[in-house]
Amino acid sequence: MGESKIIDARDTYCPGPLMELITYMKQASVGDTLELLSTDDGSAADVPEWIHKVGHELISNEKVDGVWHVKVRKAK
Amino acid sequence: MSQSLYLICVSGTREKLQMAAMIASVAAASGDAVSVFFSMNALQYFVKGHSGEAPAEGEFGELMAQEKGVPAFKQLFKFAAELGDAKLLPCSMAIDLLKISKDALDPELGPPTGLTLFLSDAEGGQLLTF
Repeated sequence: MGESKIIDARDTYCPGPLMELITYMKQASVGDTLELLSTDDGSAADVPEWIHKVGHELISNEKVDGVWHVKVRKAK
Repeated sequence: MSQSLYLICVSGTREKLQMAAMIASVAAASGDAVSVFFSMNALQYFVKGHSGEAPAEGEFGELMAQEKGVPAFKQLFKFAAELGDAKLLPCSMAIDLLKISKDALDPELGPPTGLTLFLSDAEGGQLLTF
């Protein structure tokens, strides 16, 4: 089991949330889970696109009380 | 599929610098090979100690200035270089005209580059101008 970490990128605009995720992704180990919190609707659509493009694993993407929770597992 | 992306930044306005920085950072972080050439009014912001405050061209630039959550363009370019291996290249002509040396520029900027070299590297890649 990898570690899990929450990244709070609320109240930042595109591409802020993605940059936050990537910064932590670089430091994470393969198998770790990162959960990105974002209030930016554009990023909620765009971040999964990045995850898919670079080959990580999107676990879930849901909006709870106005905040997007994008969960991703580092795959490589 | 990854691609080679070449950006030329000449404008000193907030909107154009922001858009170029957004493209550079997202593309570099997605595995694209990114090179950015800074000349004319765009280079001054990368002289050490510059605040990075750029005048707005229109209403959207004013709007961005008011929102704290908009990442600064200098930060995005730096991100592109440090985490995405983007090359940030100062125009050698602009350096000469500003009468500065490469050492006067922020450390994330690469070697002074002439147009001949930049254009020859850009051959076959996507080239965008801001």
